[in-house]
Amino acid sequence: MVTTIKYREFKNKLFKVIIILLTTVCTLPLLLVLYKIFREGISAINWDFFVNLPKPVGETGGGIVNALIGSVLLILVASVISIPLGVFTGIYLSEYRNTKLSYFTLLSVDVLTGVPSIVIGIIIYLWVVKTMGGFSAISGSIALSVMMLPSIIKSTEETLKLIPNTLKEASLSLGVPYYRTILKVILPAGITGILSGIILSIARVAGETAPLLFTAFGNPFINTNILKPISSLPAIIFNYAISPYEDWHKLAWGASFVLIIIVLFLNIITKIAQRKWKVQF
Amino acid sequence: MPITTDQQIKGINFSEFAFRKILFISAISIVILLFCFFLTLVASSLPSINTIGIKFIYGVTWDPVSDKFGGFPFLAGTLFTSLLALIIAIPFSLSVALFLGEYFRTGLISAIFKNIVELLAAIPSVIYGFWGLFVLVPLIRSLETKIGVAPYGVGILTSSIILSIMIVPYAVSLTVQVITLVPADLKEAAYSLGATRLEVIRNIILPYTRSGIFAGILLALGRALGETMAVTMLIGNSHIVPVSIFSPGNTMASVIANEFTEATGKIYLSALIEMGLFLFLVTTIINIIGRSVIKRFSIS
Amino acid sequence: MKTFKSALSIVILTAVIIIAMAFSNTKNENAKMTGSSDIELTAAGATFPYPLYSKLFYEYNKQTGVKVNYQSIGSGGGIKQLQSKTVDFGASDAPMSDEELQTSPGAIVHIPTCLGAVVVTYNLTGNPVLALTSDVVADIFLGKITKWNDKRIQGINPGVKLPDLAISIIHRSDGSGTTYIFSDYLSKVSDSWKNKPGTGKSLDWPVGIGAKGNEGVSGLVKQTPGSIGYVELIYAIQNKMPFAKLKNKSGNFVEASLKSVSASADVSIPADARVSLTNTDAKDGYPISSFTYILVYKDQKYGTRSESQAKSTIDLIWWMIHNCKQYAEPLNYSSLPVAALKIAEANLKSVMYGNKKLL
Repeated sequence: MVTTIKYREFKNKLFKVIIILLTTVCTLPLLLVLYKIFREGISAINWDFFVNLPKPVGETGGGIVNALIGSVLLILVASVISIPLGVFTGIYLSEYRNTKLSYFTLLSVDVLTGVPSIVIGIIIYLWVVKTMGGFSAISGSIALSVMMLPSIIKSTEETLKLIPNTLKEASLSLGVPYYRTILKVILPAGITGILSGIILSIARVAGETAPLLFTAFGNPFINTNILKPISSLPAIIFNYAISPYEDWHKLAWGASFVLIIIVLFLNIITKIAQRKWKVQF
Repeated sequence: MPITTDQQIKGINFSEFAFRKILFISAISIVILLFCFFLTLVASSLPSINTIGIKFIYGVTWDPVSDKFGGFPFLAGTLFTSLLALIIAIPFSLSVALFLGEYFRTGLISAIFKNIVELLAAIPSVIYGFWGLFVLVPLIRSLETKIGVAPYGVGILTSSIILSIMIVPYAVSLTVQVITLVPADLKEAAYSLGATRLEVIRNIILPYTRSGIFAGILLALGRALGETMAVTMLIGNSHIVPVSIFSPGNTMASVIANEFTEATGKIYLSALIEMGLFLFLVTTIINIIGRSVIKRFSIS
Repeated sequence: MKTFKSALSIVILTAVIIIAMAFSNTKNENAKMTGSSDIELTAAGATFPYPLYSKLFYEYNKQTGVKVNYQSIGSGGGIKQLQSKTVDFGASDAPMSDEELQTSPGAIVHIPTCLGAVVVTYNLTGNPVLALTSDVVADIFLGKITKWNDKRIQGINPGVKLPDLAISIIHRSDGSGTTYIFSDYLSKVSDSWKNKPGTGKSLDWPVGIGAKGNEGVSGLVKQTPGSIGYVELIYAIQNKMPFAKLKNKSGNFVEASLKSVSASADVSIPADARVSLTNTDAKDGYPISSFTYILVYKDQKYGTRSESQAKSTIDLIWWMIHNCKQYAEPLNYSSLPVAALKIAEANLKSVMYGNKKLL
């Protein structure tokens, strides 16, 4: 009897050790990726890197300013499209919880979360690029905005659900019209939750490459015209990573470093925001 | 601001009406958007569906020169990489989920590991691909040289490893969610009968959360099927049916990424879009099943 | 809550300002179109001449201010994007086939810009220069010769000690003019190649792995010991990769060079410039050489194209074919022989905007 208990205890301990071991192994990839990118990336970065355009093959001192500006513009335009649509849809879902439409909308949001980004790229190519007769920043932004929608809708819906009905009822009973109650009372009460959802969705699309291949295309020059093709950080990482030139690999490491810093920064901001200004009642 | 005149009331009524309309239109536009996605994909794949028909699924030759479009190599490549990635990822995700959901539910250690796993999901796909190309590929290549297969370095195994890293966070977050939902009194009852933690996990937690864990794995699979950039950079882009884990191959997503901007023929382009339609349908079905299982689980 | 609201309003305000700038920029640019400094042209296609084109467009931008956004997505991509009218001009190493010309929405003219060569490059320790015959090259890429120390390779290279190493084939994964030129050559010299996989921009390869672009193939060959691939000459030279001497039709082993590539164009060229130079009859010609082309619509008045846009496209190409020489040769592209230049000029002059001449 004693041995069985000992054996059971031993198995129990062993299992715990295995769990801890496997969990620790899981953290290795992140550390390895960050280590490699920091090591290679920092040495690639200097002033030229941020202010110069890429140089033709064989000339040194190229930079990625076109991609930096491109990424910022793509994401800004994508946000302008997706934030209002996403937030309003989120409000609808939290306000009309049991309608048929809210059921189907929620289902669509779930499905949209899972649609591979490359498929979104195909569709936006067919809708926008073909219709407009050319690759453009706006088509890239539309593709990104579709990818931002689910996370914005979900975070809005889930945050607003947490806000007690009493708050809304108090406002309504004071004679404040419904739309003002939502916009001036309910939304501000849940703003941190919604904002962190938006920031998280931006962090996600900042590194999206696949849909941009057929939409924003690429551009070796600085472009601020949304009707023209535009470069972006992930696109140049892809192009330079598969090239055979050392100089271009260096640019790609530098660009990866910048992209990782941006993505990690946005993620950490949301984490802090969620912790510090948690929406709770 | 007291409301006095009729006009003001009318104004408010109108704003009220407009506001509700905006909400309604926003919500319905999401449904319409998704429906139009589907319609566009179907309409644009019609030329391929009509000319190639069912052969698209089992044809093994993808030869744009002679207009032969058999998608089987990519179907096989997609399933092969995704399933292998799942096999690699499942033990890890279960461990992490038990670690976070059972062994270390709170405290500093838990917070650190939780954040690390979440950050794994934050790293862009293209960076995983880049890293894989310069770190993982040489490793796999030296392994291949040792065991005497063609030392390409890129191929099914390389992409599966990267894919598994990318899907672990998804499987973990869903599995932790269901593991923490196991009622405490069930577990306590088992402990009071003298069960060890391992026995509680095996006999209480895992059976109780079986459907939830299944859903988590299913959703992770959905992710793996559609992953594009990292796989495109690491799979070797070869139009052959992969026969071993060291074979180069192609997935549906990577073949679209490689060939979409240059598909000249009408059928060629349409065949690629049909591949996109396939991906769309498969991921949609997987998501609907996965989410509904999870939803049912969290309600019960 | 207050701080959040103000933060939010600042974010929204900046967004609005930047978007407004983006849009106002659009208007400005359209207005300026009639001037010339801010014109931007979009082009896509072959990766084969990409190093040269990126240099040319960089210089052209310095001289005239015209920005040319050239994306090297492969010749197949160049043709497709031109057909769907998403670019101002396309670029391809393979002349368009009759079928492709028929399915295009308008007449397209071919303008040869320079000559390039496809070399067979490999990764072997010590970077020996190998000599290869056409049938050996074909059988390697058909997967019939699998080891480096195969008798047939060793037989032609008695002075080189070849390792007992598996040959890894690396080919293009994207539709490529380089593939077209290479397979065009192999189809001419090998009957079994001609049967399958044949000639094309993308093939059903019997063995090997694919990489995207000339960049991708040279990158992968460089990383993979025992591999063999085919790339445009400049990619091999710039990456310090060895490439094989090939036996040409006249029986000479020829190394790809400016001279041997130029020599291969010493054949009669038809008026539409669509000609294959592979397996050339020229005695000192390198057997896998080709023109690389720029493709434009004969009638530039389509879609929303303005006349100034059409005009600057044609001006650019005119400048390219006449200034190619000084930039091409340092990068190991051969410039057009006089006969070919005459044809390029004539083809370019035939391009119209509606019924207005552009040159």
